[in-house]
Amino acid sequence: MNGNKLSLQHKRSLLGIAFIAPWLLGFIFLFAAPLLRSIQFSFSKLTVDPSGFTLQGVGWANFNNALFVDASFNRVLTESVWDMVLNVPMILFFSLFSATLLNQKFRGRIVARAIFFLPVILASNAISAAEASGLINLVGDATAVNELGQSGSQYNVMSMVMILSEIGLPLSFVDYIVDAILRIYEIITSSGVQILIFLAALQSVPGAMYEVAKIEGATAYESFWKITFPLVSPLILTNVIYTIIDSFSGSAVTKMIFTTAFTTQNFGLSAAMSWIYTLIISIILVIVGYVLSKRVHYN
Amino acid sequence: MQSPQAVRKEAQHYRIQKVRGRAVDILYALFRYALVIGISFIIIYPLLMKFSIAFKDKTDIYNPTIYMIPVHFTLDNIRMAMQILDYFPLLGNTLLFVVVTTLLTTASCALAGYGFARFNFPGSSLLFALVILTLLVPTSTLMVPMYLHFRSFDILGIIHLITGKSGLNLLNTYWPSIITSATAIGLKAGLFIYIFRQFFKGMPKEIEEAALIDGAGGVKTFLRIMLPNAVSPMITVILFCFVWQYNDTFFTSLFMSELALMPTKVSSLAAQANALIPGMLGAGGGGSAVKADPNHVAMIIDTGILLAIIPLILLYLVVQRYFVESVERSGIIG
Repeated sequence: MNGNKLSLQHKRSLLGIAFIAPWLLGFIFLFAAPLLRSIQFSFSKLTVDPSGFTLQGVGWANFNNALFVDASFNRVLTESVWDMVLNVPMILFFSLFSATLLNQKFRGRIVARAIFFLPVILASNAISAAEASGLINLVGDATAVNELGQSGSQYNVMSMVMILSEIGLPLSFVDYIVDAILRIYEIITSSGVQILIFLAALQSVPGAMYEVAKIEGATAYESFWKITFPLVSPLILTNVIYTIIDSFSGSAVTKMIFTTAFTTQNFGLSAAMSWIYTLIISIILVIVGYVLSKRVHYN
Repeated sequence: MQSPQAVRKEAQHYRIQKVRGRAVDILYALFRYALVIGISFIIIYPLLMKFSIAFKDKTDIYNPTIYMIPVHFTLDNIRMAMQILDYFPLLGNTLLFVVVTTLLTTASCALAGYGFARFNFPGSSLLFALVILTLLVPTSTLMVPMYLHFRSFDILGIIHLITGKSGLNLLNTYWPSIITSATAIGLKAGLFIYIFRQFFKGMPKEIEEAALIDGAGGVKTFLRIMLPNAVSPMITVILFCFVWQYNDTFFTSLFMSELALMPTKVSSLAAQANALIPGMLGAGGGGSAVKADPNHVAMIIDTGILLAIIPLILLYLVVQRYFVESVERSGIIG
């Protein structure tokens, strides 16, 4: 081998690194460095001055403040994590249901699809913020809006609860169903992308399989659980992870971290809060990923 | 031999079964339509309400008999909302910003996706795991360091060496978003890299080998052969990137809160409408004593929101059929 010339394999590796170079630069300077910085901030008191900032180590004080001193962080954190945990199964169920619905042949299917994916483009935090502020403006203040929202949607709930518990369903399950019905708008508007992914998966299921199943005498119900569901199941994992990630942007914790940093100017506390949030999310992701990937059917 | 009577009985039996089958089909179709129409209504209802409000005259606010279709049509709301938002310059500005960042993101993510799909360099799988990591870390964790980073932007102290100052303040310029999208680290860029990688992995290797034998280098192969074939993942990425960038409030309010961009403007619409409407209605000089009718302000806010999302809806009507097709072909599901 010639010492001056690089081997073909070597050249290929260099070329590959050249291709990912923009990302690599971005990753090192705009992701890894800030991430390490953020850890550093969470253990220190940060004061901003005109030329930059100064750091002063305070140990675990910020974490201590976030968890035990701050009046509302614990509550907001548990609420939004709990919200997410409740929403994920509902969104999954609804999106798989809608995807199977939209995958069937009926007149007006194209229009229906167009409408079902509309939330993908309209789900905007800016719009919901403006809407909320418009409503607050209308009613007076935020607590009034909350109460109004509750009383507005409380109509008919009691009768529904009665019917369901009369049937003999356990009360916690009834609660869950009623909650889902009250949140139907939120669920529908946040499942656009998930429907899209499920629909794409459904279309990749070979039609011949259904024909065979039909000839063998399987009902539509059976062929859903025996053919469709196993083939779509890898995407359930994808969708769960996507839904969890998607819940970051609008969650109350994110807003709280933002205001702690930029309104109260307590950067250290905000960094500590965000790390607590990140840790909880990653624990959930690891558990969900582990449990689901064991059950998923890969062909 | 069967008797004619038995045959007739059998025929009747089949006829009944056929009718029953058809009845079940029709019932199911009706049920399906009810579901589809119901869900569609839930999705479209807020939009319809906004359209109705946008054309509704002020005098109709307190008329309880009106549902959806206003009695007095007017374009006043639209005019006022446009004035408050400074609509057309704002829209132009936003579109320019979004198009530039979308194109940069697509380009950098396509490069990275190809790099990860086709080259085996040391640590490539570890680096790809890091791509996924960028998706999983909540953006709020990076918020403060990124903010301070762009407040005094510097690359390895080069700017400090040249100018003697401690970095450039890039806040409230377009640079933070342009830099993050050019380096494929911006809004959900990890997802886009993943989409491109899956697609390029699925393409037959023989095409590239043929190009290599014919004397095309790696870069030429990518530009001439791989990219023209990657239209469907590109459409997916461009569509999603455009929409998410257009709707993003997190990065815009973090880095560019003072620039005229649609998301920041729309989220501060309420405050501005409250401040500006009395003056617009000719109550100028009254100062803070004159307050706008809250119902009227809410109307203007709704109209403003409608104005903000109309470009997206128009875009969507044109490209919506690519949405499903592109996701099917782009290999997310592979």
